[in-house]
Amino acid sequence: MRAAIQPAEAGRAAYRRPRIPVFEREAPLGYLLLAPALLVLLVFLAYPFVIGLWLSVTDSEAGAIGRFVGLANYRFEFTHDRVFLSSISNTFVYTAVTTVFKLVLGLVMAVLLNQAFPFQRFVRAALLLPFIIPTVLSTLAWRWMFDPTFSVINWVATHSGIARQGVNWFGSPQMAMVSLIVVNVWRGAPFYGISFLAGLQVIPIELYEAARVDGGTRWQQFLHITLPMLRPVLLVVLLLSTILTFADFQLPFVLTNGAPYSSSHVLATWAYAQAIQGGNLGIGAAVSLVLFPVLSVVIAGVLIVLRHE
Amino acid sequence: MGLLGRLQPAAPPALRGGIRRRPRRARGYEIGDTLLGRWARIYIPVLLLLFVTLFPFYWMFITSFKSPSELLDFSRSPLFVIHPTLEHYRHLFTQTHFARWTLNTAIVAVVSTMLSLVCSILAGYSLARLRYRGADAIGWAIFVTYLVPPTLLFLPLAFLIRQLHLFNNLWSLILTYPTFLIPFSTWLLIGYFRSIPRELEESALVDGATRVQTMVRILLPLAVPGILSAGMFAFTLSWNEFLYSLIFMNDTIAKTIPVGVTSELIRGDDFFWGELMAASLLGSLPVALLYSFFVDRFVAGLTAGAVKG
Repeated sequence: MRAAIQPAEAGRAAYRRPRIPVFEREAPLGYLLLAPALLVLLVFLAYPFVIGLWLSVTDSEAGAIGRFVGLANYRFEFTHDRVFLSSISNTFVYTAVTTVFKLVLGLVMAVLLNQAFPFQRFVRAALLLPFIIPTVLSTLAWRWMFDPTFSVINWVATHSGIARQGVNWFGSPQMAMVSLIVVNVWRGAPFYGISFLAGLQVIPIELYEAARVDGGTRWQQFLHITLPMLRPVLLVVLLLSTILTFADFQLPFVLTNGAPYSSSHVLATWAYAQAIQGGNLGIGAAVSLVLFPVLSVVIAGVLIVLRHE
Repeated sequence: MGLLGRLQPAAPPALRGGIRRRPRRARGYEIGDTLLGRWARIYIPVLLLLFVTLFPFYWMFITSFKSPSELLDFSRSPLFVIHPTLEHYRHLFTQTHFARWTLNTAIVAVVSTMLSLVCSILAGYSLARLRYRGADAIGWAIFVTYLVPPTLLFLPLAFLIRQLHLFNNLWSLILTYPTFLIPFSTWLLIGYFRSIPRELEESALVDGATRVQTMVRILLPLAVPGILSAGMFAFTLSWNEFLYSLIFMNDTIAKTIPVGVTSELIRGDDFFWGELMAASLLGSLPVALLYSFFVDRFVAGLTAGAVKG
């Protein structure tokens, strides 16, 4: 062993850089390499989080940090702010309904794309498009399609005889929520679809062949092979998407921003409205922190699932 | 540390072409498949999905070429443009700061992506290859920060940015975007690094290379595909970011595309739809192009590190 290594060592000695001792032991080097990332996360993520907690218990207004007021902001929100209460329920409805639709559509998409047909690459790319394009920009297109007077959807529906009258998309609180849900599903389903597709493609073909030999129908194959094999991907995608939908800001802000009459606010847009537009920084911070307990539960869910898989 | 490696499948598997079997039968046909059955089972659902997915983009496209009078003329079919004009595009570049917004968006996206990649590569190497106390806990902590949405942090961050006097300064975005870019790139890269056999580096160490040399000369060249996908994700995410930019950038010339478009092309209840759609189309192009060249890499990366929902 020794004899084999020795000549190489000697031969290379001339080219070798001087070893810096700190870089050769694992621990110091490990911490050193972590330092830049941790520094950024500490300064711009952990520290702001603490400021946020502090802001939520003060009567701060735009520009100046205020006095400590205990839980007054939270108490005020839960007892006096009806928009806040409706934004909580809106957030839950928005998350739950869109998740169900995205899940079903994502499965359909994945199963379809897993078959062979012409132009498959193109179709896959096209279907993923809503997920890639900046949300704000595609939401603007939807807002234009939902326009009260010049809605192209209404034009097509009335002229093709599907509906006798156009829908006033942002006219009522219910329709505003429906619009939000439609656009969110449109944007989010491709992510589910493509993730599931990747999950499908690692399922061994032999399982399906065996099922077919035993006379299993396509539906049975889906229920007893596809779904169970997809479970890990399914859970992770579901939990990640829940977090991001629950805290979604861009889409509701651009599409309705609470219209009509502050009825379609979600927690994120209401926190923005209170803090930035209304100048009540303390209350805004409290509103956005209401997201936190739910998010923690979901995050814990993600961690448990990942540790188990 | 072992757990972290199992967060994701080692190297994201490249998607197969979607062709499960390559039989003597025509492409993708199964035994007992009729043409009619294939239309009902595959073609019609795919066409429907394509239509719903792509229609908003078609509408964006067609709107951006309509003259102002044609834009609101629903007496004829709005689905086609009869006298296409580039007027809205001309307006965008002469009457607004769209070119400047594009430049801002590009600078922020490129610089924050580079910054995050450097931090993530170092941190990823440290967590994937080196053993030291606390590595496992730090790895999980970074993963948890990946799940903390900007909605929770934007108010205290605005406070911090004000203290640092960085309002209307591109640095405010370049420094804050890494808070969501570093966690997922690190996560993705840890998995990628782990998929590369350790033996290569170990033999280099035995031959007298320093640790830093093994990282730079051996691991990084092999990890280029992983680094590329992390970079693409990071670039797309920063290009699409809205909330931080909305709050930190109030000067017209400091804005990024999504913020500039929503704040300057919508005045109260006046929507300049032609310009809005032209801007949306142009603002979507860079990410759409980027990703059309790398669909498969993007799709593969998606499954490894799910990004947004």
